[in-house]
Amino acid sequence: MTLLAEFAAADDLLDAIKRARGAGYSRLDALAPFAVSGLAEALGIRPSRLRVVMFACGAIGAAAGFFLQVWMNAIDYPLNTGGRPLVAWQAFMLVTFEFAVLGAAVGGFVALLWRTGLPRLHDPLFAVSGIERASQDRFFLVVDGGDPKFEPEGTRAFLEALRPIAVRETST
Amino acid sequence: MSAAAASSDASSSGSPGDSGTEGHLPPFVDRRDGYASVTKEVSDAVLERRPGRLWWLLLAFGGALTLLMLVSIAWLFYAGVGIWGVNTEVVWGFAIANYVWWIGIGNAGTLISSLLLLTRQKWRSSINRFAEAMTLFAAAIAGVFPIIHLGRPYLFYWLIPYPDVMEAWPQFKSPLVWDLWAILSYLIFSLLFWYTGAIPDFATLRDRAKGRIAQLAYGSLALGWRGSAHHWARYERYYWAMAAMGVPLVVSVHSVVGLDFAASLMPGWAETVFPPYFVVGAMFSGFAMVVTLAVPIRHALGLHDLITPRHFEAMAKIMVLGATVMGWSYLIEWFAAWYSGDIYERGLVVYEFVGDYWPLYWIMLFCNVLASQVFWFRPARYSIALIFVVSILVNLGMWLERLLIVINTLSHGFLPANWQTYAPTFWDVALLLGTLGFFFTLFLLLARFVPVVSMHEMRELVREEGAGR
Repeated sequence: MTLLAEFAAADDLLDAIKRARGAGYSRLDALAPFAVSGLAEALGIRPSRLRVVMFACGAIGAAAGFFLQVWMNAIDYPLNTGGRPLVAWQAFMLVTFEFAVLGAAVGGFVALLWRTGLPRLHDPLFAVSGIERASQDRFFLVVDGGDPKFEPEGTRAFLEALRPIAVRETST
Repeated sequence: MSAAAASSDASSSGSPGDSGTEGHLPPFVDRRDGYASVTKEVSDAVLERRPGRLWWLLLAFGGALTLLMLVSIAWLFYAGVGIWGVNTEVVWGFAIANYVWWIGIGNAGTLISSLLLLTRQKWRSSINRFAEAMTLFAAAIAGVFPIIHLGRPYLFYWLIPYPDVMEAWPQFKSPLVWDLWAILSYLIFSLLFWYTGAIPDFATLRDRAKGRIAQLAYGSLALGWRGSAHHWARYERYYWAMAAMGVPLVVSVHSVVGLDFAASLMPGWAETVFPPYFVVGAMFSGFAMVVTLAVPIRHALGLHDLITPRHFEAMAKIMVLGATVMGWSYLIEWFAAWYSGDIYERGLVVYEFVGDYWPLYWIMLFCNVLASQVFWFRPARYSIALIFVVSILVNLGMWLERLLIVINTLSHGFLPANWQTYAPTFWDVALLLGTLGFFFTLFLLLARFVPVVSMHEMRELVREEGAGR
């Protein structure tokens, strides 16, 4: 079972998170209809390393793009265009750059999906009544049932004390 | 106008977007709007409202022009490029002018969206979604022109490096090969950028949709987005990084288009100013196209509270900036031609002003440089009708500019004996109108099925402006 407390304002959610963390809950999540600034920090989510992945993919893309051109125009089929050097690296930079951006963009998108666990068309949370407003105008504090401090009655009472609009639960 | 009425609220909060603007200005979002009303206003346009007769009429019109485009291309493939007005000297005609024009419009959406995000311009949220969609459609249309202008379009795949029986590879020192990679990367990048930004909004539509088909369709597009804090944290990292990459990418793509010309030896083309000059032109014409589209979208979908006069005011300022930079670019072109001392370069500038196409050149100068200067005056920046008219003039002017870059130089090359003029044929015009119709058809469908304003970013704006719940 997972318990959810529903709020109407982002600041109420941030307050509730602070108090829940103060009370010792560690497996918390929040659902919000937009990127609330300060939410990740409040929950103690470590800064994502997504951009490290993007940088690595970009670097691989750049290297692949550059060596593709060198191999094709200088090694496998040496192409003399007007007496210019076979490896004219300046002329190869543009395609190298495009490969780098493409690598970072596609690699980052795959990493985004991977780390968010998407696509996942169904989630037990979707069965909670009123959850559809999490994508519209309501903010939810989610206390996972696997939290060491979780106990069905005590946690419910704790969430009620935060004065939410409602406390909801999942069946599983 | 509700937005203007709301400005009487004295506690209207300042914002980065407000800095440098004078006096008492209406906010970018109505302070009476909450999360729910913003969501409803945008999503109802997709889910609840039936398309009116006007929408169907426009769709029929756009569909007819799309058909004209298909017929033009089919006839071109059957009969060859001889059906166009191109000749032995002016070998590039409408096709390349259209290509540069469309890719310019296609570059602007991502550039506008990225730049405004990175500089934290709050008013971006209302226009970035359809600016990015504009990018996708325009870039896709642009990509067709270089292919169909080939004498043997069925061999376009020779640009792609694949191990073939001829054992040859593409020539990577050619701007034409760079073009392929630039456009291809750009299309994929723009699609990812646009789609990622739209995922949370698809989730909203999934949750609001009442019909089973709509729930399934939007649910699939939303990929199961729950709005979890973990999702948002990673989403933001990715989205901002994409915006940061988008700016140099756009600059590279349109620089390559400039290099297609500048890497030649022709008078008027072999100029070092071309790459930046093309990038500025792309931003300028794309901004004009955003305005041209924003006016009817705002009206048709009733988004008066989300796309406010303040937005048009901000866009008018960018247009006057763009027009001024365009004016400087033209001055530099003329100066460089004179300073080079080259008789062909100098001759070409004289030819532009008084030669065969002189009326078009003067119209272009009026549309691109002079027309937008009216926005130095505040009342003009608040007249949406005037902004709309000027934006259309700019679209026209920028198209003329690209056409003239192509045909002036080719009509006035190094050998006077070879000078020839260019005149478009029916099929040139048909293809241009056809692609315009196709573009608007795609836009009508977009406005019908995708939220044209980013709802989650509007909610963020609502919170920042203190409207709260």
